[in-house]
Amino acid sequence: MRYWLQSNRRDFLKTCAASAVLVRGTRTLSSFFSAREKTKVVISRDPLLRGAGSSLDSARLLNMLDRAMLAVFSTDSPLEAWKKLFRPGEIVGLKVNGLAGRGISTNVLLIQLVCQRLQDAGIPQKNIIIWDRLNDDLESAGFRIATHPDRLRCFGNETLGYEEDLSIYGSVGSCLSKTLTQVCDAVINLPVLKDHSIAGVTLALKNMFGAIHNPNKYHLTVGDPYVADVNMLPPIRQKVRLHICDATTAQYEGGPSFMPQWTWPCNALLLSRDPVALDYTGWQILEQKRAEHGLKSLRELNRVPNYIATAADSNHRLGTNDPGQIEQTEV
Amino acid sequence: MSKQPNVFDSEATCSSHDPHCEPQAADTLPCDSVLDSLTNLPSPEHDRRTFLKLASLPCLAACAGSCVAGWPTLALAAGSSPAEDSRYIVEAQFYEKLPFKKTRCKLCPRECVIDDRERGYCGVRENRGGTYYTLVHSRVCAAHIDPIEKKPLFHFYPGSLAFSIATAGCNVNCKFCQNWDISQSRPEQVRSSYLPPKDLASLAQQNRCPAIAYTYSEPVIFYEFMRDAADAAHALGIKSVVVSGGYIQQDPLKKLCPSVDAIKVDLKAFSEKYYKEVVNGELKPVLDAIVTMRKLGMWTELVYLVVPTLNDSDAEFRALAQWVKSNLGADVPLHFSRFYPQYLLKNLPPTPQETLDRAKAIADAEGLHYVYLGNVPGHPAESTYCPKCGRVVIKRIGLMTQEIHLRKGKCEYCQQPIAGIWQ
Repeated sequence: MRYWLQSNRRDFLKTCAASAVLVRGTRTLSSFFSAREKTKVVISRDPLLRGAGSSLDSARLLNMLDRAMLAVFSTDSPLEAWKKLFRPGEIVGLKVNGLAGRGISTNVLLIQLVCQRLQDAGIPQKNIIIWDRLNDDLESAGFRIATHPDRLRCFGNETLGYEEDLSIYGSVGSCLSKTLTQVCDAVINLPVLKDHSIAGVTLALKNMFGAIHNPNKYHLTVGDPYVADVNMLPPIRQKVRLHICDATTAQYEGGPSFMPQWTWPCNALLLSRDPVALDYTGWQILEQKRAEHGLKSLRELNRVPNYIATAADSNHRLGTNDPGQIEQTEV
Repeated sequence: MSKQPNVFDSEATCSSHDPHCEPQAADTLPCDSVLDSLTNLPSPEHDRRTFLKLASLPCLAACAGSCVAGWPTLALAAGSSPAEDSRYIVEAQFYEKLPFKKTRCKLCPRECVIDDRERGYCGVRENRGGTYYTLVHSRVCAAHIDPIEKKPLFHFYPGSLAFSIATAGCNVNCKFCQNWDISQSRPEQVRSSYLPPKDLASLAQQNRCPAIAYTYSEPVIFYEFMRDAADAAHALGIKSVVVSGGYIQQDPLKKLCPSVDAIKVDLKAFSEKYYKEVVNGELKPVLDAIVTMRKLGMWTELVYLVVPTLNDSDAEFRALAQWVKSNLGADVPLHFSRFYPQYLLKNLPPTPQETLDRAKAIADAEGLHYVYLGNVPGHPAESTYCPKCGRVVIKRIGLMTQEIHLRKGKCEYCQQPIAGIWQ
């Protein structure tokens, strides 16, 4: 049995190569979170996103996405921002969250627009994979399963299966999805802004539970430290380059299942390259909404997502949960 | 916007998750030959590693068979079986419905509260629209013919064979698990075969196994299947033995006991701290379950895996032995078993034999009658000694019973009754 933390020669070389690509392509995580540089979380809003009806306005959503990308990457054009993220020839995975069906999953229109922008930036359709835990989850969220290698692909982990070898970090020992380890060069993480009845909230960090074979084992103790540890597994830590949290519709209670009585049209997107900062920011939004509706805070309910702080600690360094280090921008 | 491929389903609605949908094809174990099952595995496209793994199966079978006098192995290769099969899906027997389509599992003490479309900690029970289902009824992922001593059950039909099966899943997550590839997986992540209770009982009978053992992973999580299979086996005169961590609620345990004939419990430590940190479970419900088994007259044996530095203190051995004697009686066999580095505990060495000898000495001194050492082939403590005259009444080497010196359950030398189920 091989482990990620006990790499053989091939793994070592692969890891070195991956690191080199990261260094050449964009800023590395360590430089990204270097001292005194605040981490950006951009909240892009449009109160008119839905117009008169309940469906999203495609042009307005695209505009929200573009504005957010410009703010995150401090560029003059959305295209330039997307090009900063990926190199030609890379295969980009879009890790969506389809668990709760159409009501509160990553919006199909948002994914269409991300695919559009990726193609504008030179990523061909065949190099884009929409993926999640199960085909069934994807279909219930409004996607169609597609596996043809020359076209845009969309499938659950069961299509390629999981690695036979364990990846281990801290409290976690899991087999990773081959979609992540063997196909995707880079990943955009696209969670939903919502409450989680066990883990407190389920945002960017928790969404990566969809990349492991045994997520049911890691919901104890409000997901702490498991959620943070899963995000330390090298393929996740190295490949996820951007987090786009779909808050067009959000849910502040009763998650992860869809509970329409506790959703609201938040009409927002949260973007960041720091999953910890994004999760901290999203958590505060959900707490604020709970308070507005007279619900107890997650602390009062003993489901504070302490895994966010764990992800920021000196053992993990996945990002920051320090409000003083988070540059929150509304666009 | 440029033209998008048709992966965005604008007409899609939530899938129904009807467990009674038309079943898809699944491989089945043939009843006429256990060897055939090795050639009837489905043949997905394999990568090189999978191909080599599958190709090695007959060799593994031959190796395993050598320790049970040439019996073949029914090992099924790990792999994925994506197709959902409604034959495996049966409504769970122990749960309660909660508001908002949630369910609370009442099978094990964890009492998972599960949202719609989610699974419990075990990974094999799923809430579908507010109804809770087991996904592993008749879904066998491992099947072997083992000596009963391998369970280990040393006081239950010694020298007999047990038709041993498992499904995927477990309700704890022991860091030393040697079968983590099935116990910590979801059923759709391992290759399984459809083996309904009557077929299982017939297969055991055809292979001259007087007992079926529910083992390898954790039979509590395939409770409904185990109970149905045990009843089907009894109808054919075949016994059922359970190899379990004992992490089960009282009500399901009490309902299970009339259907089975012996239970071996892995009592993994004698401290809550260990159960919390190494097992991801709790000690007290396990102790309560063991006491209940004994009260119900169930033949019970205990195994204690001795893990260096984690559960190997004199005080813990002594407390364990005292608890066994005062709560279960001196006749309950206690097996101290040697640990080997596995799964998430590869940083520890194998248990030194001196540690095992120390554990046995303490348990003997506390007055337990049958204290054994496991995973130390050839050690004298593999054999059973008469507590009165001290002579060997069952001699074992490895997992093989060599000699039996019992007559009607008594020592043939001094006529001291030896606790157990012998015939």
